[in-house]
Amino acid sequence: MTPRAATHQSSRATARVGPLVATHEPKQLLDVDALLDDRSRGIIVCCGSGGVGKTTTSAALALRAAERGRKVVVLTIDPARRLAQSMGIEALDNTPRPVPGVKGKGGGSLDAMMLDMKRTFDEVVQSQASPEKAEQILKNPFYIAVSSSFAGTQEYMAMEKLGQLDKDAQHTGRWDLIVVDTPPSRSALDFLDAPERLSSFLDGKFMKLLLAPARGPARLMTAGFGMVTNAITKIIGAQVLQDMKAFVAAFDTLFGGFRQRALRTFELLQDRRTAFVVVAAPEPDALREAAYFVERLRAEQMPLAGLVVNRVSSKPSGDLTAHAAMTGVEQLRTSGEDHGLAAGLLRLHADRLTVVEREKRLTRRFGTSHPDVPTAVLPALSTDVHDLDGLRRIGDLLGAQVDHRPARRRADQAG
Amino acid sequence: MPAPRAESAPDFPGVQLHIVTGKGGTGKSTVSAALALALASRGNTVLLCEVEGRQGIAQLFDVPPLPYEERRVARGTTGAGDVYAMAIDAESALLEYLDMYYRLGRAGKALDRFGVVEFATTIAPGVRDVLLTGKVYEAANRNRRNKGAREYDAIVLDAPPTGRISQFLNVNTELAGLAKVGPIKSQADVVMKLLRSSRTAIHLVTVLEEMPVQETGDGIAELRGADLPVGGVIVNMVRPQDLDAAERAALLHGTVDREALVASLEKAGISADDELVDGLLEEGHDHAERRQLEDTQRALVEQLGVPTYELPLMPGGVDLAGLYELAEALCEEGLG
Repeated sequence: MTPRAATHQSSRATARVGPLVATHEPKQLLDVDALLDDRSRGIIVCCGSGGVGKTTTSAALALRAAERGRKVVVLTIDPARRLAQSMGIEALDNTPRPVPGVKGKGGGSLDAMMLDMKRTFDEVVQSQASPEKAEQILKNPFYIAVSSSFAGTQEYMAMEKLGQLDKDAQHTGRWDLIVVDTPPSRSALDFLDAPERLSSFLDGKFMKLLLAPARGPARLMTAGFGMVTNAITKIIGAQVLQDMKAFVAAFDTLFGGFRQRALRTFELLQDRRTAFVVVAAPEPDALREAAYFVERLRAEQMPLAGLVVNRVSSKPSGDLTAHAAMTGVEQLRTSGEDHGLAAGLLRLHADRLTVVEREKRLTRRFGTSHPDVPTAVLPALSTDVHDLDGLRRIGDLLGAQVDHRPARRRADQAG
Repeated sequence: MPAPRAESAPDFPGVQLHIVTGKGGTGKSTVSAALALALASRGNTVLLCEVEGRQGIAQLFDVPPLPYEERRVARGTTGAGDVYAMAIDAESALLEYLDMYYRLGRAGKALDRFGVVEFATTIAPGVRDVLLTGKVYEAANRNRRNKGAREYDAIVLDAPPTGRISQFLNVNTELAGLAKVGPIKSQADVVMKLLRSSRTAIHLVTVLEEMPVQETGDGIAELRGADLPVGGVIVNMVRPQDLDAAERAALLHGTVDREALVASLEKAGISADDELVDGLLEEGHDHAERRQLEDTQRALVEQLGVPTYELPLMPGGVDLAGLYELAEALCEEGLG
């Protein structure tokens, strides 16, 4: 694992990475179909901040891959109810199930599953410890609390599950592509840090401190030690400390295994078989998160496939400017006659142009500082997506970024 | 849009702590900031807090990143109060807490060195949330006995998203499995008492789309289940309401009187060629479709049985001026 400073907020104040002057090369388009058809890619991880359409994007990618002949499993975290229903994954049971209605061509298939983080954690414990010991751990109040609500457990378990699915896929050949949706973290980076955070905790001084008394007079019995245990007892109470000690003592032998697994997951994410797709919306926060993520992936040498910007407003046709439209509205208003429809349409037109202009500015800012990130831009749809047809539509839009059709057909279908 | 209340009297008169949540991407930070301004405009001294380390407040108010310290971000003119803001992080809250209650100056540092602070704030379940809400509690309960501490009439908390809000606020239950007794448990108890009291209102921000509205409904049910006081629903980014029902129907069904439209456009001094008219009609069609979806969702929001407020979509994004406009809208609608 790459050594890193504590995952503190201050670590985000990193220097900008990328070219320092604008280049005027045409921006690269993300060739989604080439990515999905590339048999050497076995894992696609979708990440980005909350509310940008990550779950929908990963489901659409998975469906498109399946219908192009891949054997796909998609791991979702928290899909919208109707989308989950239409994919047949209402039950949160950690079991991949075939999605009904997939038109898998050439052996393609799609399974979907929803992550149950507690169960995943339990399974890891059970696979690492003897039955008696596992039971002891699973019953510990401290473990129960950590496994169900530790900020970061979900991220960690998503990565753990990815590792398991990958192993399963390699063994059985049931899947040749795993698409992973990442948890809706506060920050897009949380999910990369979670495994490390947990393993550094398990490995950390604090754990050693808790174990120290059980191991007799250790070197840790310094002046600071008594002070620290006293303070902990004062703050959290003796009972909690007792539970924690019992947990740590039982968990001690599992540390090695946990660290190993975290390390393997990290390596898997760095492997060329993996591709990251960063998802964003044309909003300042979402694009800022995307930029952090892109730079972080680079720093960790993790393979970045590209950026998907969802819900982009499309430019209206015609060359009427926002200013001209609003001047027209003003003129109609002073005319004293009823021109409601025309005025309304002109105002909509002006608003739309303003939105388009703003989104363009925001995405251009990203593109200028990260010119080599292939990008796919998806237009905002006027309706919600909650079935396979909706996912197919998104998939078509994703696939249509790079035009592979012969020029003549392209002209026929334009517009 | 709901009819503006006759008197723009605040709807939540006894409430001191306004907690704002919402699904990611619905603009809960923007709404929190606008609410803080609205409350201050009525003469209140307001504290606006964020707890997720995103520095959203600083960006909205165009000030440098906020520290763990109350900084004035907006100053009211005659009769209006000031808005202070701070970014609460668990690490600082823990060290402050230790210092306040245990006077652990040196031991506090030792705890940090032994990884205890990191443990307590990132790993120990629930502890982080108790620390964050605990700081809010402290700010809400200042009185003259605290030397020199500023007293706040209102506190606005830009809280975690809807999916996590019940867990975040329900610090008691979260800790229950872990600490049944002890100081951290007592701390959780007093915080919980404030959060469940009539001094608190939890507002949910949504947009008129299926998933956010559904999540809002789920969130309200969850909050009520946890005995936490639900305030209002703020519907953000509402599309402009220029076109009436008949005009929208004509746009949807393609039955617009094209000649009349061209005549109107000419009157507006715009030369209306086919391309332009087609473009406008297409935009109008999209808009009408969108409004239809919004109306369906609005009906669902109205069924939630809580006061609702609507804020307009800002095509150019929310800058400082836009923020003040949103605050004005909230005032007019009676929130804040």
